[in-house]
Amino acid sequence: MGDGTFFARDRGRHPPALTPDYRTSVTRAPARAPISFPPSLSEETGPVFGHDLLGPLDADLIRNFARPGHSAIGPRIFVHGRVLDETGRGVPGALIEVWQANAGGRYRHKKEGYLAPLDPDFGGCGRTISGADGSYAFRTVQPGPYPWPNGGNDWRPAHIHFSIFGSGFAQRLITQMYFEGDPMIPLCPIVRTVPTAEGIDSLTARLDMANTLPMDMRAYRFDLVLRGRRQTLFETRPEGG
Amino acid sequence: MHRDPMLKESPSQTAGPYVHIGCLPNLCGIDGVYPEDLGARMYADGVRGQKITVRGRILDGTGSVVRDALVEVWQADAEGRMPGGDPRGPADPAFAGFVRRAADPETGDWTFDTVKPGRVPWPDGRLQAPHATLWIVARGINLGLHTRMYFADEDAANDTDPVLARIEHRGRVATLLAQPEGPDAYRFDIRLQGPDETVFFDV
Repeated sequence: MGDGTFFARDRGRHPPALTPDYRTSVTRAPARAPISFPPSLSEETGPVFGHDLLGPLDADLIRNFARPGHSAIGPRIFVHGRVLDETGRGVPGALIEVWQANAGGRYRHKKEGYLAPLDPDFGGCGRTISGADGSYAFRTVQPGPYPWPNGGNDWRPAHIHFSIFGSGFAQRLITQMYFEGDPMIPLCPIVRTVPTAEGIDSLTARLDMANTLPMDMRAYRFDLVLRGRRQTLFETRPEGG
Repeated sequence: MHRDPMLKESPSQTAGPYVHIGCLPNLCGIDGVYPEDLGARMYADGVRGQKITVRGRILDGTGSVVRDALVEVWQADAEGRMPGGDPRGPADPAFAGFVRRAADPETGDWTFDTVKPGRVPWPDGRLQAPHATLWIVARGINLGLHTRMYFADEDAANDTDPVLARIEHRGRVATLLAQPEGPDAYRFDIRLQGPDETVFFDV
């Protein structure tokens, strides 16, 4: 665990629970205000995942579900960045899990019936653990947009889902990464649950030509920020047990 | 040393209906990528403490069962030590402290096996009542919901718990109590919205 307790979460930065334009939220949003309390050991600690968890292809979605000699179809991309906390420090050892549709916007999931075909060489899941400076990277194909039954003609922008474990369970976060320049971003009711333009911008990965590999794959840069820890005074530490 | 926040936390987005692809791929038939899904077991052989099974369902504001939720559980071992770096000393090595479960896609039921947690100290040193932290994400939930599961057969501890004491509307405390349901079994249903809405926390 880290050295102190967490800064309070700025809930005005996150989507409110009730966002009627995203229709499923209407019956799944708590109506009562959440009750706050200062984090205890139950919230300051969290599961620790070591690099022994990872297989050699876990961070390579182009190959981790592909048949031998095959690779996933679609625009090859390298997604990388750093996991930081709110004080600007890199967060080492953060487990990052990603999932996404294939290049045609089709998810490999029983409940998904979109007519775009599955790619037999693409599963859509990957994971990695951030390095000592909080850096992470994975390889994949750029997902396609896909339609969903919300409004009469709603389409999700191209996106990759991210799930991140920091060093404490209170940092647990799931979010989505979008792609710079996608005209679908401002139209999406899920994107628009984020209350600020700056917040939406922070979920938009930047095309990174400096790290693009010529004749191989383009790079996108996406940094994630988890809650920061305050340095607590000695007197407020939990007493021995 | 004091450090001020300079950056802002990345905003949350819903986990969506296909969260299982990334978080429980083996469960949804994406075989061969990971040997097993993350958070498959709370404990290994030789774990200390009372083994229990918890069952529950998640209900939306219309009383309908939520069939696409993902639930994560984080809790102390039987002695009240947290795995993953408890400053008081190591937890039971056979105890992971973490499981991840999906609601059944047909019935919405979810279940996990664990040991009954011991008491974890509050920052001032008082002991909290036995509890597990639950984190719930799903389609339609924009920010993961934190709640706690306590045990209805721990009256004395529950009566002095510092978190339960913060619940001003005392009738709502019952929404956090898992009910005994046979030997070593508990039921804990979660209501996202409505008259018996579960208490959720901002931690």
